[in-house]
Amino acid sequence: METAMATQAQSATPAGSKSPPRSPKGGRGRSGRTAVPWWFVLPALAFFAFAALVPSARGALYSFTDWDGLARDYAFVGLDQYRALFSDGNARSALGHTLLIAFAVTVVQNAVGLLLALGVNSRIKSRNVLRVFFFAPAVITPVVTAYLWKYLYSPQGAINAALDSVGLGAVGQDWLGDSDIALWSVVAVIVWQFSGYSMVIFLAGLQSIPQEIYEASDMDGAGPFRRFWHIVRPMLAPALTINLMLSLIGGLKLFDQVWVMTQGGPGGATDTLSTVIYREAFQFNAFAYSTAMAVVLTLFVIVLSGVQYGYLGRQEKRNS
Amino acid sequence: MKRYTWRTGVLEAVMIAAALVFAFPIYILAVQAFRPATETGASPLVPSARPTLDNFVQAWQQAGLGPAILNSALVTVGSVVLLVVLSSLAAYPIARSTRGWSRAVFALFMLGLLLPFQLALIPLYQTMRDLGLLGNPLALVIFYTGLQMPFSVFLYTGFLRGLDRGYEEAAMMDGAGPLRAFFSVVLPLLRPITGTVVILNVIFVWNDFLTPLLYLSGSGNQTIPVALFGFVGQYVSQWPLVFAGLIIGSIPVLTVYFAMQKRVIQGFAGGLKG
Repeated sequence: METAMATQAQSATPAGSKSPPRSPKGGRGRSGRTAVPWWFVLPALAFFAFAALVPSARGALYSFTDWDGLARDYAFVGLDQYRALFSDGNARSALGHTLLIAFAVTVVQNAVGLLLALGVNSRIKSRNVLRVFFFAPAVITPVVTAYLWKYLYSPQGAINAALDSVGLGAVGQDWLGDSDIALWSVVAVIVWQFSGYSMVIFLAGLQSIPQEIYEASDMDGAGPFRRFWHIVRPMLAPALTINLMLSLIGGLKLFDQVWVMTQGGPGGATDTLSTVIYREAFQFNAFAYSTAMAVVLTLFVIVLSGVQYGYLGRQEKRNS
Repeated sequence: MKRYTWRTGVLEAVMIAAALVFAFPIYILAVQAFRPATETGASPLVPSARPTLDNFVQAWQQAGLGPAILNSALVTVGSVVLLVVLSSLAAYPIARSTRGWSRAVFALFMLGLLLPFQLALIPLYQTMRDLGLLGNPLALVIFYTGLQMPFSVFLYTGFLRGLDRGYEEAAMMDGAGPLRAFFSVVLPLLRPITGTVVILNVIFVWNDFLTPLLYLSGSGNQTIPVALFGFVGQYVSQWPLVFAGLIIGSIPVLTVYFAMQKRVIQGFAGGLKG
């Protein structure tokens, strides 16, 4: 109705003939382009600049200084913080752990997520319940799941008790206390919590495959494995790209679960870049050193996700 | 694929077995939380013969979860409302203009998608301290609104680019000012993607731990993750009490999830097709 009134109002103008034809306004209407005011971006940009852009730039700047977080002034020290970082055994091993966690989480979480997605995308009767169920851990606060697993992993905890009850007591471990396996115990928690997330994205990909394609392959007599490889896999490429990007970036930034379960211990065995950044800044007041580590983390996130995205993009193109 | 064959039956059994393995931690959580504090040395796998709610009562009183839930809700609602309004507003000209500035602004936001917040966290801590905002939930609202802006703008821009311009142009010709046209015509059209933006941001803000740990520590304004962190630190290894606290702290988000599971799952899956 409002549209009709607008048309009326416009057609009334020439007939009234009092005002001259208004060329600028009419011109805009005819061309079909209504300009949206550019200043609509300003409030969003202001928050983004205040909370992310400016502090990130300042962080990058501080990494070349000796700032301690308290003093007003600081001196530029060039690359000293970075030199210190790469000669610091703890920082180097934290970097190694971060890469290992990101890689392991990316591979295992997506493998499990894909299997779950294929399972709940089938004809099984429990598929709807199971979807809701497998995804549930992904919405629970990581602090909660981390404390839960800290108990499960403890020497007198539920995992050792469960192993004991099926006669595998000898396999029992101090899962988070043994520096050889603690890192893998952390990875298992992340996989448990977020496989359902990967599943949901794979599932969206699977459901976008038209039913006729399945039926055609049935008629061709293709078995389930051949069908998966030749038909399903190429069509899952976009979902795979999203999943791999999310788990890689999430793995590189990991903090909550590690800090709650081990605080980086035992003996730094589970330290990640994020836990070291936190400790150096807020427990040792080494703010400049800490920002240098954050810059290293940023570079790893940008470079690794860029490389992965470029590679997956080429794969998607080749498949299509 | 069409009928329920014996193969489907085997698959069903395997999937349910997998679900039981996934559920094991949750089962243990419940078993422990209802165990009387006096019952020590029992197997962690077996539920108590005399289940009790005492742990829940005590956890509620001692962990300060009531105020924490209120704070979390305040911070989450504040951040998400600001995010929805400001990011959709910003995405509108970005999606509609083909000028250089719009591409530059979009690129700037996309750069923000890649910046890990660890980098901004420390310098921003100093700024918040100078502004006297440490300990104030407002600091978190500002931080989350800025931090999550790129992702929200990204989702809205993608959606707007696929949206027909007819309605908004009609509204403009109708003589409505651009702001009114936006809120009365464009924003309602964005509802599907707004659902996704709300869900992803609510879960992120509600669950975040590191930021409130830094910006609210020592104040009485804890959010749930930090309140739980402090509570467990105090009662370490009193697992039944701790687990009762963890369950109470998870009830709000799990209630929302189970009440709107379809929508939530769609939100997580759909936002990423952007």
